[in-house]
Amino acid sequence: MTGQAGRPVRIAAGQGFWGDWLEAPVRQVQGGPIDYLMMDYLAEVTMSIMQKQKSRDPSAGYARDFVPLMERILPDVVAKGIRVTSNAGGVNPRGCAEAVLTVARKLSLPRKLRVGLVSGDDILGRLDDLIGRGHPLADMETGRPLSDVRDRVLSANAYLGMAPIVEALRGGADVVVTGRVTDTGLTLGPIFHEFGWSSEDWDKVAAGTVAGHIIECGAQASGGNLLKGWRSVKGLENPGFPIVEAAADGSFVVTKHPGTGGVVSVASVTEQLVYEMGDPRSYITPDGVADFTTIQLRPAGRDRVRVSGIRGGPRTPMLKVSIAYFWGYKAVGTLVYAWPDAYDKAKAADRVLRRRLADLGLTYDQILTEFVGVDATHGRLGGAPSAELPEVQLRVGVRARERAPVERFTREIAPLVLTGPPSVTGFAGGRPAVEEVVAYWPALVDRREIEPHVRVEILEA
Amino acid sequence: MAKTVRRPAKSARSATRPLQLRYLAHARSGDKGNTANVGLIALEPEFYPLLVREVTPARVARHFRGMVHGVDRFELPNLRALNFLLHEALDGGGTISLKTDAQGKVYSTALLRMEIPVPLALARRLARS
Repeated sequence: MTGQAGRPVRIAAGQGFWGDWLEAPVRQVQGGPIDYLMMDYLAEVTMSIMQKQKSRDPSAGYARDFVPLMERILPDVVAKGIRVTSNAGGVNPRGCAEAVLTVARKLSLPRKLRVGLVSGDDILGRLDDLIGRGHPLADMETGRPLSDVRDRVLSANAYLGMAPIVEALRGGADVVVTGRVTDTGLTLGPIFHEFGWSSEDWDKVAAGTVAGHIIECGAQASGGNLLKGWRSVKGLENPGFPIVEAAADGSFVVTKHPGTGGVVSVASVTEQLVYEMGDPRSYITPDGVADFTTIQLRPAGRDRVRVSGIRGGPRTPMLKVSIAYFWGYKAVGTLVYAWPDAYDKAKAADRVLRRRLADLGLTYDQILTEFVGVDATHGRLGGAPSAELPEVQLRVGVRARERAPVERFTREIAPLVLTGPPSVTGFAGGRPAVEEVVAYWPALVDRREIEPHVRVEILEA
Repeated sequence: MAKTVRRPAKSARSATRPLQLRYLAHARSGDKGNTANVGLIALEPEFYPLLVREVTPARVARHFRGMVHGVDRFELPNLRALNFLLHEALDGGGTISLKTDAQGKVYSTALLRMEIPVPLALARRLARS
């Protein structure tokens, strides 16, 4: 094992979300030495999208991109002994694992490939049992019990931590495929497996959690979306995704492969650390609670930042559950108004549109108007626009519980071109689409209800 | 992290001029449900105490009035950063929101528009750079 032999363990980020840059994992395995490749696919609402796909096709329900990506990198992964951890399995980790095994067979690799399959996070089939036995699964934001929306629930998954990943790696898995494992667990698993640390060494858990948080959004820690000195960030056509070099004392270095673009600096790491942050003293994961006010950063050479001093506390008795339920419908329509007085024309068009909707007796949960070029990003803080503004995009969104008013709204945009204010264009895309709104319901559940159901299997091809 | 801050003497307070936070800090923002967070990071370590003193939750709430409902602030002296939670900022957030910025990605630079009183000498130096 690398970690126990004294060499740092190198964990590379390959994907920061479902839809991230497809070349990144390939360049991570080819651009220099790494021990692990972690690929995070799951955002809050991703599971419900996957559940919808699975309901139409029982073989779907996972991040399909993962399979062709694995096809490209498996020869290198096997030749170099790199191991992969990913939550690409979504709501169908078994289907995902089997698809990886199928491409492995097709590639005729020099040796067998072992795929670790982690399941047990999916509690959709157990909801009534859990509610019946007194687990309210109340919304963490509103306090409402899940029974309020029970008949509209589309997916329900508990967030698992590193434990099943450590178990799969111990079982010899080359590739670990999971469902709803936390982003940070994908990094903690390899580190704890390599160093053999106790899962109750809370400072080490916190350190690995911070390492995972830094690389879980891919290049957002290594120059992508970096505000400080953005003009001087070079080479973003080939951004080096971040790599953590974890040491036996719990400290680690954040870096990237030589010859890649972007930058790893105290500024780039700090911007990622504060991303999606709540109370910095208690960053809660299934594995423990990290205190972000203890993190020490210092530059350690070109594109290298040393991270140390991290303290943490014990895990809580609860696990977070991510529930998605059907909410209703929405649509967004846009038109572009040109100089002169572009903003005034767009405002006049918005008034006409709203009046027509009201005259039709249509009601909505929300009608939101933005003027792109004036107030869509910073609201009134952008100040009053000049009459010389070359163009303004009128962007109107509606949402409702029923489909009919949203459907009718989508037919009220195009008529404005010939029946409203002048100098209007930008309607090449046709009628706006009616979208189903799937809402997110975060809840907590006693971890003793989940952990006995978690399974780790090793499959071979 | 609640600390009492000594009120600067009147003469020191008067020798200031308003300056946008963009000259003193960089920032990144994200979302948690209907709440946006903005991490505000001092561009130079010596700016951090100024941010702690002047970028109060009450001032940030006033800056964003009508756009957010409730502001919490947390201090990270180790990173020379302040973390702000802007509640009810995202029209419901997630998939429900109709906003262009449904995930609060650019509340970061919206906060950098805010002006705080900065000592004259520092303001002059920053305006030159």
